[in-house]
Amino acid sequence: MVETTALTTDMSEWQGSLDELKGLVSDRALTGETVLLNMGPHHPSTHGVLRLLLELDGEEIVNCIPDIGFLHTGIEKNIESKSYEKGVTLTDRMDYLSPLSNNMAFCSAIEKLVDLDVPPRGQAIRVIVLELQRMSSHLVWLGTQAMDMGAMSVFLYCFREREKILTMLEMLSGQRMMGSYIRPGGVWRDLRPEFFDAVTAFLDEFPSRIDDYEKLLTKNPIWLDRTQGVGIVEPDVALSLGMTGPSLRGSGVNWDIRKAMPYSGYENYEFYVPLGEHGDIYDRYLCRIREMRECVGIVRQAVDKLPDGPFRSENRKFVPPPRSELGQSMEAVIHHFKLWTEGFSAPDEEVYVSIESPRGEIGCYLHGTGGNKPRRVHFKTPSFIHIAAIPTLAQDHFIADLVGIIGSVDVVLGDSDR
Amino acid sequence: MEIPKALDPVEATKIGLPDVLKDTKEFRGETTLIVDPADVPKMVRFLRDTPGLVYNFLSDISAVDYYPEYSRPERFGVSYHIYSMLYNRRIRVKTFVAEEEPSVPTITDVWMSANWLEREIYDMMGITFDGHPDLRRLLMPDDWHGHPHRRDYPLGYETPQFSFNAEEISKHKPHALE
Repeated sequence: MVETTALTTDMSEWQGSLDELKGLVSDRALTGETVLLNMGPHHPSTHGVLRLLLELDGEEIVNCIPDIGFLHTGIEKNIESKSYEKGVTLTDRMDYLSPLSNNMAFCSAIEKLVDLDVPPRGQAIRVIVLELQRMSSHLVWLGTQAMDMGAMSVFLYCFREREKILTMLEMLSGQRMMGSYIRPGGVWRDLRPEFFDAVTAFLDEFPSRIDDYEKLLTKNPIWLDRTQGVGIVEPDVALSLGMTGPSLRGSGVNWDIRKAMPYSGYENYEFYVPLGEHGDIYDRYLCRIREMRECVGIVRQAVDKLPDGPFRSENRKFVPPPRSELGQSMEAVIHHFKLWTEGFSAPDEEVYVSIESPRGEIGCYLHGTGGNKPRRVHFKTPSFIHIAAIPTLAQDHFIADLVGIIGSVDVVLGDSDR
Repeated sequence: MEIPKALDPVEATKIGLPDVLKDTKEFRGETTLIVDPADVPKMVRFLRDTPGLVYNFLSDISAVDYYPEYSRPERFGVSYHIYSMLYNRRIRVKTFVAEEEPSVPTITDVWMSANWLEREIYDMMGITFDGHPDLRRLLMPDDWHGHPHRRDYPLGYETPQFSFNAEEISKHKPHALE
């Protein structure tokens, strides 16, 4: 007779103590009435390495305790040991689905701290790449969210379009993802001529592609069943939880930093901020879909009225001169040397700048020392806040709905752990 | 509904909480209200609940370590970045925390989002938050020693492990072989 291992909960080998969990889970878990289940750290629907400790009553979630930090790489600490411009490359690695938003948050903070202006062309190029990045990030979100809910084909279509955006970003910075294209004072280099053809072709095609995604999902009865009325968050709760971005606007709160506190010339573009009504997964989905359509309009406007002039500030105390100047100007050589060895100095003061990333508000708190390195950099990242909100959203839902809820607040674990 | 006229946060605080406000600061258009650690909850509640101020959204809590310089009253600084959706403006409440047993009262009962932000600061800076419901480490492992974002905590680095120095490096990492 084959001996089988019985599926019993043998606690004799467990080294920990239930006391550690007191206060986190209900008393029913300590008596064994409810079940504790680890979801993650490796689970396809957690969008990274997120561990959720679930207390389950049947399939219903009684408690959800997120555990993050698996992707903690000490980016903030590392930036403290680098000059300001060198820190930009590290910020790319935080939210790896929208590196340019992180660049933008960090560079805006530096610009505010040292009082550096960005020329109009640089601002417009920033808007173009940020909105392209927003589309690509939303495409990844849409694909993975649909895949979590069992609609596999949407994922493939979304990644097809995302690849085109990444190819365009590669034309600009030489890299598909971690381009560090946005630098203090502007952008790394000017737009390439072939970029305009690529972006026009993409903008002409993309709205019909969004229609295709919507055909697959928006009125799909299975999709409606799984998303409507699930993960509802009321506006006042969402605000108290600190939710931002499309996740907050899905609850009907009209707050978009691009509109409320325009940066990089967003006040010059006409666009509309989509709002949800019920605050469920479906409304957050609709918000992001409509936001992608708005992005198309913003990029089109920005490309059409792209101003002439320098793409990066010409304040040589902060921005290194272009290579071509080095052979002709002694001062350029001095500036080049000073800025690439020592970097520029920033005052011993603190600033806080926030921008609207695809996921929500990325805030950058930057404290200078008076020298060439920051004293403290702290990123308030939307994923961090949204993971903290998952327990409230998931309360009394089924595990299968939890998967949708994690996707609907659009978390990236690199963003939350930094 | 009539929206009350926006008040100047500094003036309103001077009238509403005269003995709480220690100092104010203005830099690049950002207003900072400096208070004692014990007064932080009182201050943020005042900013949130006073008509004309209504700073209703907690954006961020950040901590900074001024070690080894002594240019500030105390070693640590904790900054609360609060935003008013009604009047579309930001304000910073800042407090300086002493080096010995640094502690600030929690504001988790004012905004739920403060929960994890305070936990992160506890983990990274070692500042405790009195009354916090669940003050555990967040990003670092539970058994970690020290608080990485303090300025006296070395950045550290790890020697790449090749075949010629594999044994020597493994000696320093007994846990990796378990």
